[in-house]
Order: sequence, then C-alpha cells, then structure tokens
Amino acid sequence: MAEKSGAEILVQTLLDLGVDTVFGYPGGAVLPIYDALYDHPKIKHILVRHEQAATHAAEGYARSTGKPGVVLVTSGPGATNAVTGITDALMDSIPMVVITGQVATNLIGSDAFQEADTVGITRHCTKHNYLVKQPSELAGVLTEAFHIATQGRPGPVVVDIPKNVQVAAAEFSSHNGLKNSRYQPQVDGDFKAINEAAEMIMQAKAPILYTGGGIINSGPKASETLCQLAELLGAPVTSTLMGLGAFPASSDQWLGMLGMHGTYEANMAMNRADLVVCLGARFDDRITGRLDAFSPNSKKIHVDIDRSSVNKTVRVDLPVIGDVGRVMEQLLAVLKGRKFNAPDYEEWWSRIKGWRATDCLAFPENKTEIMPQLAIRKLWEATHERDPIITTEVGQHQMWAAQHFDFEKPNKWLTSGGLGTMGYGLPAAIGAQLGDPDALVIDIAGEASIQMNIQELATASQYRLPVKIFIVNNEYMGMVRQWQELTYESRYSNSYSDSLPDFIKLAESYGWTGILIDDPADLEAGIAKMIETDGPVLVDCRVAKLANCFPMIPSGAAHTEMLLTPEDVKGTMDDNAKALV
Amino acid sequence: MHIKEEQVERHVLAVLVDNEAGILARIAGMFTARGYNIESLTVADISADHAISRITIATNGPPYVIEQIIAQLDRLVPVHSVRDLTEAGPHVQRELALVKVAGKGENRIEAMRLADVYRARVVDATTESFVFEITGAPEKIQTFVGLMREVGLVEVGRTGVVAIGRGPDSA
Repeated sequence: MAEKSGAEILVQTLLDLGVDTVFGYPGGAVLPIYDALYDHPKIKHILVRHEQAATHAAEGYARSTGKPGVVLVTSGPGATNAVTGITDALMDSIPMVVITGQVATNLIGSDAFQEADTVGITRHCTKHNYLVKQPSELAGVLTEAFHIATQGRPGPVVVDIPKNVQVAAAEFSSHNGLKNSRYQPQVDGDFKAINEAAEMIMQAKAPILYTGGGIINSGPKASETLCQLAELLGAPVTSTLMGLGAFPASSDQWLGMLGMHGTYEANMAMNRADLVVCLGARFDDRITGRLDAFSPNSKKIHVDIDRSSVNKTVRVDLPVIGDVGRVMEQLLAVLKGRKFNAPDYEEWWSRIKGWRATDCLAFPENKTEIMPQLAIRKLWEATHERDPIITTEVGQHQMWAAQHFDFEKPNKWLTSGGLGTMGYGLPAAIGAQLGDPDALVIDIAGEASIQMNIQELATASQYRLPVKIFIVNNEYMGMVRQWQELTYESRYSNSYSDSLPDFIKLAESYGWTGILIDDPADLEAGIAKMIETDGPVLVDCRVAKLANCFPMIPSGAAHTEMLLTPEDVKGTMDDNAKALV
Repeated sequence: MHIKEEQVERHVLAVLVDNEAGILARIAGMFTARGYNIESLTVADISADHAISRITIATNGPPYVIEQIIAQLDRLVPVHSVRDLTEAGPHVQRELALVKVAGKGENRIEAMRLADVYRARVVDATTESFVFEITGAPEKIQTFVGLMREVGLVEVGRTGVVAIGRGPDSA
C-alpha cells in the first residue's frame, strides 16, 4: 500500500464519500489541506468571507439537497467562528461535517498561535467530535463522522486535525471503509408499538397530526408517506416551523403552523384534540406554550428517532422510536391491514371550521405604507409557481414568511428554528443555490439580521450565484421591539436599527443589483423586477415600521390564550412570564 | 418571583463506554451542560483489551430528569449501554475510603476501637497517627468518617461509589 500525507488521505476520503462541495476559509493550520485541494478540482471549494457563513452555507446546502454539508476551517478563530453554525445545526438536526485545523500535536496545550481547544469547545454543540492524532486514523474517523452526521437524528460532527497529522504520512487504500459501526440507530418502529398506535388512531374522534423537521430529514419519501397517511386518516395536519413543506399548504387538511406564531385553528385544534400524533417533532417550548395547559385532553403518540426527545417536556402515552418515514409506512400498512376506514370526523371538522373563520392571519389594509405581511404574500404570488427555495434570517420577517409563504414541497424552506440565529439566511441561500444552481433562491431578511453576515454578498458575486435577498425593512429589530411593546410598556431599549447603510449602494458595490421598494403601489413591479433580473439582487422593501406579528401566544400562556390583534396587547406581563424566553 | 425546588431521588447508573480520550469530559460535561447533578462518579477500564470502561454515576433528580439523564447518556456515540441499578432492583454499592487520624492518648485508643467495630483496616501507623482503610456502602463510610471527626480526623479520601446488580445477570 502506498503512503500518503494526512492531507492527501483527507481529500481522497472526501472524494470516496461523494463530497463535491466544501465551504471553507483557509488559514495557517489547514494549509496542507488547501494545498492538497489544489490538485483536486473535483471538490468545489466555496470561499466564504467568515467561518460562521461557511457553516450556515453548509446547512443550507444540506437542508435543500439532503446531502451532508462539509466545512473546512482553520484552528483557533476559524473554529470558534464556526461554533454558532455548528450549534445551529445541532439544534435543527442538520447533517454536517466540520473539519478544523489544529496546531501540531506537540504544541497542543501550549497556548500556541491560533490554538483553541476545539474539541472541548465543540463537545456539547456537536453530535460527536474527534481529535485525530495519527494520519492512519483519518480515513476511518472521517468515514465514521459522515455516518454519524447523516444516520439517526442528523447533526454536526467536528473532526479536528493537527497540522503535523496533515503533513505526516500513513498507508492508505481508498477502501478503508466503515466496518460494523458502533453507531446503529433504530430505524424501524417496534411492531407492538405500531399496532398500539393504530389502535389509538382507530378509537380517536378528534385526532391531529403534529409534524416536524424529522419528516424533512427522513427524505422526500417521508413527505409522500405523510400525505398518504393524512389522506387515509382524513385528520387535520399542522407542523412546526422546521417541518413546513412536508405537507402541502394547499391541502384542505392543512391548518398552518402551530405554536407561538402559529394559526388560531392549529393551536385550538391541538388544545381540543383527543389524539395528538407527533411525527418527527419534539414539543419545543415555542410549540407547547404553557406546558400544563398543552393539549390537556389528548392521548399522545410520539414518533422520534431520538429517544431523548421522548418525555423531555411533555409526557406521552405511546413513544415509537424509529425513523419517522419508516414508522409512517409501517403504520399505514397496519391500518390498511386492519381495513381502517376513517370516520369523517364531522363534528371535529366543523369545530375547526369555526376556528378557521377567525381568519387569524388577516392584517389591516394600508394605502400609504407596505404591510410586511402583504409583501410576503405578494412575493409568494409572484414566485410560487417556480417552487422557490426560501431562506430566512430570524425575527418578525421569519415568522411572517412562515405564516404567509405557502410551501407545497419539502426542502424548500430553510430557516434557523432551534437556535434562532440572525445571519443565517444569506449564507444558507448561497449553500442552497450551489446545491441547485437553477432554483430561484430567495433570502427573506430583516434589515438587522442581514447585517450579521452581509459580507457574504461577495461570496455570491464570486461564484456568480443569482441569489435574491428580500429585506423586509422596518428599521427595527422588530421581534425585540414587539416583545418590548408587549412586555415592557414600549420602552424600546436598543431595538432601533440606527445608522443603516444605503442597502442599494451597498449591493451595487458588491456587484449586485439593488432595488428599492417603498410605495405599496410599486410592490408588485419591484418583486417582478427582482425575479426578472439576472444575477444576484437585493431588494430593500420599506415596510410599516410598527407592524406586529400576530397571532401570538405570549410567553407563559396557553394555546387558547392567543393574541389575535393589536387590541389584545396589554403592554405588560408578570415576572413569571417575563422570565420565560 | 421565586425559583422553585423539586423533590429529588438518588439513582446509581452503570454506564459502559468506549475507553477513548475525552470520554469522561463528554459524560461529565453532558451533566453540567444540561444542569444534572453528579453525586459521585467513578471510572476504570474493565475489559481484557482495555477497550471498554465502566462508569458508575450516582446522581439525583426528579424521576423525569433521571429518565432524561439515561436517554441523554444513551445517545452519546461512545456509550454502549446505560443501566439504572436503582430502578433495576437489588444491587450492591461499595465505596472505599482512606481515613487519616492523628492524636495521642484516649483519642487514639478510641479511634482504634471504632475502627475495629467498623471493620476498618490499619494501612499505616505512626506513634501519633493512623491511616484506616474502610470499604462499605456510602452510609457506612459517612458514619465512620463522622465518628473519626471527633477523635482527630486529619484527612479523608473517598473513591466514590461502584455498584453492581445482584444475581447472575450482567448490566
């Protein structure tokens, strides 16, 4: 067997694992790897402008293609800058492998230049991590890293490689594959549990399917299975933020998103249901509202591939551990085998109809200012036939996008749900565009969030990526301002976006096209121009500054206590509510 | 507003893990990261090829937290199995302590007498001190150390609990 350098082994193993795109930023401790990449044009390296953006771009790539995202950064600040995106991927279960350079093994612990304890720092924000001390271990570790990142509940894996390990040589043959991995998550659901689930479904009078990001992670087939299951059951379907797109929004059975900014009908149905079937979701606090009032009268089935998600916050009657796509297939088979014929749930649907009549997503008409909800709605109208990939930053615009942009297919909605990372949307859009060069990719942004990774305008320019940014500009960190209005008597402490740049000139200086929309009359034309314009386009859409995102379950409240309109706002909250996130 | 405290119960967990660098930090760090308590933690490799270590963790928390601790441990990649010995039923818990006592006259005689009653062994002696070795359940060690305080306790070192289920089956 021929000897190769660690760097060469790394690159060869990435090729063997089918990696064709790497997001990264060079530096001292990864120079040997970058030198090896120089000889391998089959791996496309995307040079970002900040390591955090590399991780979000990898997330966007992973979320839209279903393939793991790969990141390559240097030691010290390279690794620490990547930590936010790694944590984001952990929270949202995104498959990602992050390769970090490290100082030479003999220098570890000496406070060497650009040394950081990467394995220590990332231990609890990764699914697993490694420090590789011998080049002979590299192929095995990388293969296992990809296996762990993609199997079971997906997540980020960090592989920290000291510089001398990159330079040193070891024997290598490209079929040093993974043998009998120690990590073998359960995929099929327990047959007895599936039968019990079927039994519970057959007895339900008011069932609801509560779906989440697990269905997207399971693959497009799981979304199809969900549709079949929903059709067989005839039950209403709601979803978390992460699960949007798994079930078509055009379906009659679709209730919209649930939770803090979910629809009235979704939250009321969760509250009144007698059976909640949780499919690949995790009863997050944004979903449940006040825990002791969460869906009080229902039996609960929880399908999850991660056992630690079960009974973490909400006690369930029946856990089913396994891949949600597979478990739904098993459930379908059992229900069909038992000749299940769904009742029409007439009474249940008539109650839902009543809640729907609230028209909770309605917003006031405004002739002089652009309502942000309207902007999103118009954006959807103009683009939905092209199946666009939508990314977002974090804040009001994100929730408005979730409420007013309807998704029909999975892998089209990329957003930072669990960690809520401002600055996610632009790099994620870049990653998604690389994964699907022909797609229409739009980052729905806020003027505050977009500035957190604004330097990535250059990355899009460099790789000729026709990404569109649609800034819903209200000159506030809108969600912070909204909470201050609701909780702190409108004392707007530091939530005004002062000294904003001229976004149009900024875009142009990076070689982008900039479009300003500040009149409701120009909204449709502006959006049309954005779509027609080749190459990257940034739209600065000036919207009503003080608009709030409704409906809303305020912190500490139950699903039944939604704020539907500005008239419901009291302006203060007690300390118990204030203490909740 | 005041922060509420919850009723807790003590559980002893036996965790089999890959004997690899950083495993202890991974386990201990998971406890701190998620706000769980560690009363004691012992670890040593137990397999002929040194590939597997057994970690015994005494922890406490409300039942739903204990359930989470087990699930969170179980999802760590290098963890092979987690067993809740407290839940599993009858088991033996043992701990070893080295207890140094210094003094002369009546205290010295009393220390010796108590050591005899508690089946502690003398592993070092000078004219003015003893080092006792004692093994037993944590409560027994606790009581013995408490008594030694009254007769000249200088220093104590404890191993923390190791535990194993009764009967022929393995964890």
